[in-house]
Amino acid sequence: MPKRTDLRSVLIVGSGPIRIGQGCEFDYAGAQACRVLRREGYRVALVNSNPATIMTDPEWADATYLEPLDVETVAEIIERERPDALLPTLGGQTALNLTVELAEAGVLSRFGVELIGADVDAIRRAEDRLAFRAAVTAVGVPVPESRVVSSTSDLDGVSLPAVVRPAFTLGGTGGGIAHDRMELEALVARGLAASPIGQVLVERLLEGWQEHELEVMIDTAGNCVVVCSIENLDPMGVHTGDSWTVAPQQTLPDGEYQRLREAAFACARAVGVATGGANVQFAYDAASKELAVIEMNPRVSRSSALASKATGFPIAKIAALLAVGYMLDELPNDITGKTTAAFEPALDYVAVKAPRFDFAKFGVVDARLGTEMRAVGESLGLGRTFAEAFLKALEGREQPTVDLDPSRRGDPVPERWDLLLESARRGLDLPGVHPYFADELRAVARAERELAATGDIANAKRFGLPDATVARVLAIGEDEVRGRRARPGRLAVDSCAAEFEARTPYFYLSYEASDPAPARSHPAIVILGSGPNRIGQGIEFDYCCSRAALALRRLGYETVLLNSNPETVSTDYDTSDRLYLEPLTLERALDVCELEQPEGVVVQFGGQTPLALAPGVAGAGFELLGDPLPAIDRAEDRGLFGALLGDLGVRAPAWGTATTTAEARAVADRVGYPVLLRPHHVLGGRGMRIVRRPEDLELDEPALVDEFLEGALELDVDILCDGESGWVGGILEHVEPAGIHSGDSACVIPAPSVTPGLEAEIRELSGAIAAGLGARGLLNLQLALQGGELFVLEANPRASRTVPFLAKATGIPLVDHACRLLLGAGIEELALPPRATPTRAWAKESVFPEERFANAAHRGPEMHSTGEVMASGSTVSQAYARALRASGRARRGGSIGVPLQAG
Amino acid sequence: MTGFLALEDGTVFRGDSVAAEGFAVGEAVFTTAMTGYQEVVTDPSFAEQLVCFTAPMIGNYGVAEGRSESARPHARAVLMREARGPAWTDWLHERGIVALSGIDTRSLVLKLREAGAMRAVTVAGAGSAEQAISVARSQPSMVGRALAPEVSTRTPYIYSDAGVARIAVVDYGCKRSILRRVAGAGGAVTVFPHDATADELLRFDGVLLSNGPGDPEPLVDEIAVVRDLIGRVPLLGICLGHQLLALAAGHETFKLPFGHRGANHPVLERATGRVLVTSQNHGFAVAPSESREATYVSLYDGTVEGLDLPLEHARSVQFHPEAGPGPHDAWPIIEQWVEEVAYAQAA
Repeated sequence: MPKRTDLRSVLIVGSGPIRIGQGCEFDYAGAQACRVLRREGYRVALVNSNPATIMTDPEWADATYLEPLDVETVAEIIERERPDALLPTLGGQTALNLTVELAEAGVLSRFGVELIGADVDAIRRAEDRLAFRAAVTAVGVPVPESRVVSSTSDLDGVSLPAVVRPAFTLGGTGGGIAHDRMELEALVARGLAASPIGQVLVERLLEGWQEHELEVMIDTAGNCVVVCSIENLDPMGVHTGDSWTVAPQQTLPDGEYQRLREAAFACARAVGVATGGANVQFAYDAASKELAVIEMNPRVSRSSALASKATGFPIAKIAALLAVGYMLDELPNDITGKTTAAFEPALDYVAVKAPRFDFAKFGVVDARLGTEMRAVGESLGLGRTFAEAFLKALEGREQPTVDLDPSRRGDPVPERWDLLLESARRGLDLPGVHPYFADELRAVARAERELAATGDIANAKRFGLPDATVARVLAIGEDEVRGRRARPGRLAVDSCAAEFEARTPYFYLSYEASDPAPARSHPAIVILGSGPNRIGQGIEFDYCCSRAALALRRLGYETVLLNSNPETVSTDYDTSDRLYLEPLTLERALDVCELEQPEGVVVQFGGQTPLALAPGVAGAGFELLGDPLPAIDRAEDRGLFGALLGDLGVRAPAWGTATTTAEARAVADRVGYPVLLRPHHVLGGRGMRIVRRPEDLELDEPALVDEFLEGALELDVDILCDGESGWVGGILEHVEPAGIHSGDSACVIPAPSVTPGLEAEIRELSGAIAAGLGARGLLNLQLALQGGELFVLEANPRASRTVPFLAKATGIPLVDHACRLLLGAGIEELALPPRATPTRAWAKESVFPEERFANAAHRGPEMHSTGEVMASGSTVSQAYARALRASGRARRGGSIGVPLQAG
Repeated sequence: MTGFLALEDGTVFRGDSVAAEGFAVGEAVFTTAMTGYQEVVTDPSFAEQLVCFTAPMIGNYGVAEGRSESARPHARAVLMREARGPAWTDWLHERGIVALSGIDTRSLVLKLREAGAMRAVTVAGAGSAEQAISVARSQPSMVGRALAPEVSTRTPYIYSDAGVARIAVVDYGCKRSILRRVAGAGGAVTVFPHDATADELLRFDGVLLSNGPGDPEPLVDEIAVVRDLIGRVPLLGICLGHQLLALAAGHETFKLPFGHRGANHPVLERATGRVLVTSQNHGFAVAPSESREATYVSLYDGTVEGLDLPLEHARSVQFHPEAGPGPHDAWPIIEQWVEEVAYAQAA
């Protein structure tokens, strides 16, 4: 059946701010859906409160509502938009839950809105633990022995250990493993509170069972395909979002794998998935061949994003098209252009996902993983061998591990796979690891030993050892390894194991012959991405990279993107002309540059990650667009920067450097208490703190000691610069005073405390600093206002976290302009208005993982937030009230604003 | 020990020998199935072929006797990016199969995709590449090769002696999964050699024409027998059996450039618009046809994936409903056929 012509307009519900358990995978999914449904001729309205995603830029939907995701607001939007249909399956659990509430409140029926891609009964059946069990057991699919509990008094006779799973929550929130009765009661009480329907499932812990997931696509004709199988490296008991995973599954024989495939289809049909993607999770015991379905998501999920990137099959796009009536066999497979979407990808490589944790940020010392997700990001490694993929995922986390204590290798600790690899090197046993994966770890250790014995770098590279490992084993420099080794080939992620010609240029690197080089019609520019999400480097930077890829494409370049983060829009093969899914290490960055021979490399948009690679890339002879290194140096070297500010007559907090406690106290005596202690070159303010008395001032590592401006107001200024002058893209005022990390502060624009006189001063100062640094592209200034006087706290000559917010608030595409500046344009060529004026009053507020980490919502100099929301109002206070509501911190506030309109 | 694969076009791929020493001559082909390496290697349809797995890690879960599709490996050689042992490689070694690991299988597949399946030689151990290339070139092409007689059972045997319908399976290179599915569906199964006569077969309630290797066209006698059976006994053809039925019914077959081998091939059931994801392994195919008889078509290249001659009670599928390896989507085809045969016989 072709697409439905009885529908003209579709409302897409986004997933809101980035949270643990609901990351930017839904921005990727929602952005794809918007794009493809508009291309099909539907009017697309979008509601999402998240400013950091490219999806809420005005170009992506006909009407974009940056509004709180609650029933009342979405009902108002529906009343105004009168969409024919609502598509809820691409906005994660948030969108599904909201949709159920809308249906229950009668909103959908009142306005005649059809739900597409899912129906309320199916959502309920998938989420209500009892209904789900009844539905799947009826079709013969086993589930773990369990009991549905709605009070702590129903717990008699529960066999322990047991898993507690609350109904209708995100990423396992409120769940856990109980080993004794006391733990059980505490967990059930917590789970009942976390579940919106006050229901938890107490389930037998299938300890030591393997965990498998299948990503399924279904159309209205009942056709089912498995896009990808995903095997967890960690056993049951560790949330799949926290688990290392591999795709395709590696350890099940064909017959057993096919049983899972059958069971997945049976589940999806039993629950009643109408169309689109679904994710089914299984526990499997290899010894007894026993199988149990753990849960099912009747929607695009985190695993769908992973499966899309691991296979090249665009799940979200296809799901959106299926929802409007297409069948799988009517949709072309983009990658081959010849075959249809009704097929199952065949992989000739291995894809390994590693989670990234930031426990230290939350002061957690003895971190343990469980059924409640804690990972904040992930990296994906593609390789021709398991080892190559595993080691790429490991380095792709950008989180070197030190002080490994192999005695903890059997525990569910965040660094477990680092410990296991180290244990394999030391010849220790590898407890709790499937024999196949244990063998693979031992193979890595063996390859390292062989390399040490033979010095055969070619062999080591073909096996998959990174340059850094080769360098360590041979005790030589990485540059020497590079000098002595061959270059990797460029291999396509083609969804068909080379059976058909691939048209879509999505690549990874391996030590084999390159696929035929794709034709090039324009000079190339390489954009280095931002890697896995982490606290302090979230999707704002992916927004900037994606936006830059699209902008540079329009400017006549072929854009080449390098990133390791499978959740993002930037790793969608539609975003750039060529995509390399590789870790952001100097080795891979240089390999990509050597293959692509770009005219320039962009390092400004991906946060600290690409900046750290910039000197190495430049040192290898590749041109960095905008020549950023001198400006970075001038901005980051406190002495140079202080001198520049001094020349300009601009005030800055007094400061000094210290390597010992005594030195620190001496500096503090000079600048006066309180002081702000901060390590240099850090992200998200790790280890930063305010000290008020000499006896609290202890140093264990070199740090900067800054005068702390008590009670000052903070301002964030984003500036477009061309090396000689600057144009202020906006001045944001922080709601919280100085001392709160700028990433955690709520912000408003226009800045209420900035008088016209002060604004003129800021504009002058911005231009002067931009010129003094010689910065090109984007520059972010952090200013403090104390006693009517301006202080410059920091200058960062790169895209900042506030760029997407500001671009939406003012309607000025800052990244697009920055790209032109990087290519050498002058500001006067950009036809910018005299000053950037926000369209209304706008506010943004941060969200914190307070349900996962105690005190996470306590704001201080260390950043804790995972994401943010944005809202507007006719006044700043209304906008802020609305943003508080969107963040979930207030029930009501503000009123619905004007949607952004696509041009 | 090192080894290499030499193709008739002169390309040489080097790797490490991980099983038997020696050399193997055959047609180089690839399969995209990601699971079921043991099933693939023991499938008689791979006779005289050197099988390249596109999945890079092969041998991960060892071997088990129950997974074999016949009594022995039929593929002449196995080409892998990364073999995992020792269970799998020892198993190949004990059965005298030449196997190479470390092959750049993706480049090999790109080559076969562009140039078509090629005659080739796999050498485990020292050897001259030039000599191997010339041996490859001196081999006959797969076109015109009748291979079913070489892999068929020599004498009839009973596979299962009780059931709701008596089914004769003509073994052109039959996979055990077919016998298992037919028996499981209630068939009392007797297996016949490829040259069974129509008279022998007509004594049964239904006849299943099995899969098998090689080109269907030279199997002139077998085609004649099938022609003789049409309309006189319910028929179900699978793979080579489908091609034989097609030829007997006046369709044409041809050699595919590089074959259909994998577990992810979508076929469209014309009557319902449903798509089945199927297991496939064939180098020859039935040419695309608008005929109403064509019940299934390949969504890859439009070749005829199924035939139905309702008046004659004859039908066939190009893909493998028995799976082994591959999806179970098409299992019901065998079950329904056995049921229908039983029903017709009872009526």
